[in-house]
Order: sequence, then structure tokens, then C-alpha cells
Amino acid sequence: MTQIVVPAPGPIAQEDQQGAGLGQPLLDVRGLQVHFPARQGGIMEKRRVVKAVDGVTFHVQPGETLGLVGESGCGKTTTGRAVLQLVRPTAGQVLFEGRDLVTMQGEALRQMRRRMQIIFQDPYGSLNPRMTAGDIIAEPLVVHGMVKGRQQLKARVDELLETVGLSATMRRRYVHEFSGGQRQRIGVARALGLQPSLIVCDEPVSALDVSIQAQIINLLEHLQERHRIAYLFIAHDLAVVRHISERVAVMYLGKMMESADRLEIYERPLHPYTQALLSAVPIPDPELETTRERIILEGDVPSPLFPPPGCVFQTRCPKAVAQCKEAVPAWREAAPGHWVACHLV
Amino acid sequence: MVGITLGEDHSIRAVTQAPSGNSTAAENGQRPVVLELDGLRAHFATPQGIVKAVDGVNWDVREGETVALVGESGSGKSVTALGIMGLISPPGKITGGRILFGGRDLAQLSQEEMRNIRGHQIAMVFQEPMTSLNPVLTVRRQMTEGMEVHLKMRPKEASERAIELLTLVGIPDAKRRMHEYPHHFSGGMRQRVMIAQALSCNPKVILADEPTTALDVTIQAQVLEVMEGLAHRFNTATVIITHNLGVVARYARRVNVMYAGRLVETGNARDIYTNPQHPYTYGLLQSVPRLNEPRKTSLIPIEGSPPDLARLPQGCAFRPRCRFAVERCGQETPLMALVGPAHAAACWVAASPGGLPK
Ligand SMILES: Nc1ncnc2c1ncn2[C@@H]1O[C@H](COP(=O)(O)OP(=O)(O)O)[C@@H](O)[C@H]1O
Ligand SMILES: Nc1ncnc2c1ncn2[C@@H]1O[C@H](COP(=O)(O)OP(=O)(O)O)[C@@H](O)[C@H]1O
Ligand code: SF4
Ligand SMILES: [Mg+2]
Ligand SMILES: [Mg+2]
Repeated sequence: MTQIVVPAPGPIAQEDQQGAGLGQPLLDVRGLQVHFPARQGGIMEKRRVVKAVDGVTFHVQPGETLGLVGESGCGKTTTGRAVLQLVRPTAGQVLFEGRDLVTMQGEALRQMRRRMQIIFQDPYGSLNPRMTAGDIIAEPLVVHGMVKGRQQLKARVDELLETVGLSATMRRRYVHEFSGGQRQRIGVARALGLQPSLIVCDEPVSALDVSIQAQIINLLEHLQERHRIAYLFIAHDLAVVRHISERVAVMYLGKMMESADRLEIYERPLHPYTQALLSAVPIPDPELETTRERIILEGDVPSPLFPPPGCVFQTRCPKAVAQCKEAVPAWREAAPGHWVACHLV
Repeated sequence: MVGITLGEDHSIRAVTQAPSGNSTAAENGQRPVVLELDGLRAHFATPQGIVKAVDGVNWDVREGETVALVGESGSGKSVTALGIMGLISPPGKITGGRILFGGRDLAQLSQEEMRNIRGHQIAMVFQEPMTSLNPVLTVRRQMTEGMEVHLKMRPKEASERAIELLTLVGIPDAKRRMHEYPHHFSGGMRQRVMIAQALSCNPKVILADEPTTALDVTIQAQVLEVMEGLAHRFNTATVIITHNLGVVARYARRVNVMYAGRLVETGNARDIYTNPQHPYTYGLLQSVPRLNEPRKTSLIPIEGSPPDLARLPQGCAFRPRCRFAVERCGQETPLMALVGPAHAAACWVAASPGGLPK
């Protein structure tokens, strides 16, 4: 991928954040916050909140894949759910084709939601065991009035089954009769039925065996090419994310640390957290693994109930300086299209 | 469906290395073998039929060495480890083969005798620490119990060693924290506690079953570092069970690949990764995206899914998914055969003169 030379960001480009010069993004998330009330703490204690998502900004272009990575608990799922308004944001904007979903209600929101679907990690837990594969795929089509009559419904379900690499004869089978990979295909078929322009994929391959993961990834890529669907692809496997994404965003403790083009972020990670994350991934190559330098981060991710002051990463950052404990680093564009929140960059 | 399979064990093991008998290897200048599986079988009698979870598996591990056991879920890795520990419960049982350890066959020992070996001479680390840590006992109690029973240590002595071990695995402020309960520790910290506990009685072998699968990569890196350092320090043999090919490359010198209850390939990590000979191993390595290589336009998956272990196909169990299959594969089960020095695979095509065409 060649880097298009963009003129130095002037005040207008700054305002337009990352979307500069690329046309209107399909999804434009600005300063998204999702805070949950915490159950812990005594009566006397000031009411605390879990800052699950605490001011994240990103966008997704039509037909592209944005990978969203970070360790468990950093807020990836909550971000995905907040985009679809399955959980209502505490603050911020979620612009879908330019319209802010956060301010929408009822029928208007329902209409928009049809074009945004979600696929979950756990193909076991997310599909109703009492329904057949055919019913699972048919349900959203019926609810949204996408087909007329039984005949058309059946034809559409069969078509969807075949699109995801299953056969129409499997329509009458129940979920438990399918393997993990096949169940994930059913989830994809169900999402696909409404012809969405965005699918939030929440760890869609994490529960699958390596050999099956590749099948599903190829399927998702093929469907994207054919139907020009955009993906917000949530995962913790950095190699999978590199394969599937055009751009990648890295979260830590509810905040965005870095986002850039795939090539840029994997070749020139600027944030110390991204650097550590990449260096921690073991690579399937014994020769390389014995010689590779590793940044081993100390300690655990702090609780989102008590996020550290300043930069949220400062307690584990190998490069932290005094300033990191005091001031929250700004989210800024360090190079064209390469955004980072770190005092040292 | 065939309920009983006749033992081809001997033909299988004849072509891997000569059985060491725990002494011949030392004469070769190699470290002595501490644990050896010889044609191990563990089957489950279920209403759907006999599930051949482990079906004639041979491998060994030497003093201070790290060996990996890889394969996709359901291939029999955990049942193998549980079999070694004497922890398979009905409807499952060991139906054949030997588990050679310290001059004895563990498969023949009584429950009572196994209790002396388990946790003392062979210890296990599980994926989910809460399956082996007792939630209602303090970490101190769980750490010291084994030492008091197996090593006949006095409580004070055992406590001191517990602090030492917990510190070694990277628990900060161990002296104070060991009085806490497991749920006060994070996932990564619990895994460290379990490693400390596993090491407490100086075991000769540690079986680590997916020890980092539930952890994030940065924590995984910490835990692997700790395990590696300690195994080196105490000269413990480690068998790491995982499906993560990166972890294997990072950690193990020798690799055993399982598929559908059988060993399909064994060799040095370098040989397996640079020159895989079994189509399953080859497919597995091809299907993973890698950070150190240019991005491929599309991944090369293994089509289909693993077979039902109660209804294995005739011939090679991998045949329905195999791109290289020839007629013979559907008729006869391939046996382990040497495909290079200290490198064996169970595949008709790999064993043929031209080897696996890639
Ligand atoms: N409904 C909820 N109530 C309270 N806390 C929540 C809720 N959902 C998620 N959280 C918390 O928010 C944080 C982010 O969670 P999540 O978005 O699931 O992270 P990820 O998907 O990155 O693992 C976690 O600390 C989690 O415990
Ligand atoms: N209690 C049981 N009853 C019946 N089958 C079992 C039981 N435990 C394990 N198995 C079967 O044994 C096979 C191997 O399982 P396991 O060793 O856990 O696989 P792995 O650890 O490689 O994922 C699986 O097919 C599993 O279904
Ligand atoms: S024996 Fe045949 S089917 Fe089995 S792996 Fe080899 S080529 Fe494939
Ligand atoms: Mg999640
Ligand atoms: Mg297992």
C-alpha cells in the first residue's frame, strides 16, 4: 500500500479528524464514552463508575475493515455495542452516514440498525438452541419485512446458507448439530440477510481452532469484496487483525492509544503499548523466537474503577516520564493518518 | 464401527527412537528420559460408541527438556495429560499402553500409589487455575500442604519455601499476599500461584495444559518467561500442551502433533516448522497469518472439520480433509515412519519416496 501524500494538516483537516480527504466515513465515532455504575463500594463512598469506554474517536470508511485490538477488559465489546446503540453512550457521537445515532430513538433508530449487524465470538451462546438454522436466518428477514411470502423467504434463506458455504439441506438442523465453524457461518448468514453496510465482528474467530479460523476469515473477506460491507473487527489476535484490516486501532483501559494504516502500525508502531503488544505475540517460527527481543510489560492492567491519573498506561509503560503521571496525553495526528496518544511521540 | 483396535503400537514405536529404557539415551550423550508414553490408549465408553480419545500414543520427555503437545481441540491432548496423572474418570479409562516413569508403569499403580506421584513427582498446571486451586483455602495453605505431606517439611519450613517460590514466580509482597484467597488474585497472578504450587515439591515433570490460553498476550509473555526460567533453574522436564503455534515455537525444542487421538508427527521444532511432513501439520502452519511475513492475499485453511472420535473413518483419520490423499489412505491406517533424522510422521504420502509434495 502506498502512502498518499496529504498536505500538512491545516485547521480544517484537523477539525475533520482522520477522515481528511477520503470522503465521508460510513461510521464516525467521536469522543465516545460509556460509563457503567459500579456496584462495589460502601454507602459512604463516593459513587464510582466503570469507565468502560472513555472518550474514543475513530472512523470506518465504506467497505473497509477497521481492526480494534487490546487486552480483555479494555472496552472493545462495549465500544462495538455502543456503536449499534445496544448500550447507550454516556457521551459522544456515533455518526452513521452522517446522522448521529445517539440522539435517535424508536422507529428511526430501528431503520438505521438494520444496516448495522453484529457477529459474536461465541457461536454457541449467541444462537438459540431451540431454533433451526433456517429459522435463525429467517427471523431478522421477517422482523424487518425484507421478504414477501413463504416462498420468497425460503429462497432467500437457502441463498444465504449457500453464500456462507453451507448447503440448503442444512436448513432444518438445530444448532447443536453443527460444528463451531459452521455455527459461526450461520451467525454470518443471519447478519448478512439484512444487507448491512457495517458488521461489528466481536471476536468472531477467537473460539475456533486455527484451521477453522482461516475458513471464516476467508469467508468474511470474500463477502466484503462482494457486498462492499465495512467491518469493525474486534479481536485480540494481532496477526489475524493484521491480515484482515486496512486500518487498526489499539485500545487500553477504555482509551484509544493509537490508530493507523495496517502497514504503518505494524511497521512503525509509535505508542509504547502497541510496541509491547506486538513484541509479546509469539510468532510461529522457532528460529526467530529464540533470537527476538521482547518487551515484557510488568504487572496487570489496572481496574477500570480506579484508572491511574495522567496516561492510563503509565503504571506499566517502560518509557514513562514524570509528565505521564500528571497529564492525559492528547489524541493527535503524529503523521498523516497516524493517530497516537502519548507524551513522548 | 470397530470397538477394539488391535495394537499396532509396536510397529509405531519401532520406527520412532528405540525405547530408551531410561538409560540408553544417557549413553548417547543425551539427557535421560524421565517420562515415556508407550502406546497409551484412553477410551470413553459413551452411548454414542467408544470415543477413542487417545489411541496409541508414544512420546517421551527428557530431564530439563521442554516438549510441546499440539493439536486442535478434541484431539486428545488433555486426556493424555489426565491419563498420566491418573485422573481419567468413568466412563473413561486407560485401555492400553504404558506410562513409564521412574522405572515403573504408572498405568498399573493403585490410586493410593498415584497420590504419592501426583503433585509430588509429576505436577500439572491447568488452563483455568481455579480448577486446581481451592477457593476456600488461603494460598499459603495450598502451597504448604503438598510440601508437608510429600516432603515431610515442618509448617514453618514449608511457609518459608512458599514465600521463596511465590517470589520467584513474580508475586509481589508474597509474604503478605500468601494469606489471601485465590480470588483475590488476577488471572495472570493465579496462574503464577499455580506454577509455584506445581513446583513446590520439586517435580521431575510438569504437565502444563494450555497454561496461557486464557491470558492476554502481555500476561502470557510474563507467565511463559517465569515458567521457562524456573524449569531451567530446577531442571524440570516440561510438557506444554497448547494449540498456539507461536507459543510452541517460542517455548519448545521438540514437538508432538496430535490429530484425532493419535500422534501424527514428531520431531525437533525447527524441522517441524521448516519442513512439516504430515499434511495436517503442514495445513496448520499454512493456515495461520504471521506477523513476520508479508500479508497473504488470502489464508489457506484446512477445509472441513475434525472427525467424530466415536466414528473414525477407515484408514487415515485426516483423509476427509487431506489435499494429498491417495487411494491407500482410505484403506489402511498410516503408521509412524521416519521422514528425517529424529523426525517421524504417520502419513502414507510423507513416507513415500518423494515425500510430501508442497
Ligand atoms: N454492563 C456492565 N456493567 C458494568 N461493567 C461493565 C459492563 N459491561 C462491561 N463492563 C466493564 O467494562 C470494561 C470493558 O469491558 P468490555 O467492553 O467487555 O471489554 P473487552 O471486550 O475489551 O474485553 C470491563 O471492565 C467490564 O468489566
Ligand atoms: N468425559 C468424557 N466423556 C466422553 N468423551 C470425552 C470425555 N472427556 C473427553 N472426551 C473426549 O475425548 C476427546 C479428547 O478430548 P481432550 O483430550 O479434552 O481434547 P483436547 O485437550 O485435545 O482439546 C474429545 O473428543 C472429547 O469429546
Ligand atoms: S495418510 Fe493420506 S490422508 Fe492421511 S495425511 Fe497422509 S496423505 Fe493425507
Ligand atoms: Mg469483548
Ligand atoms: Mg484440552
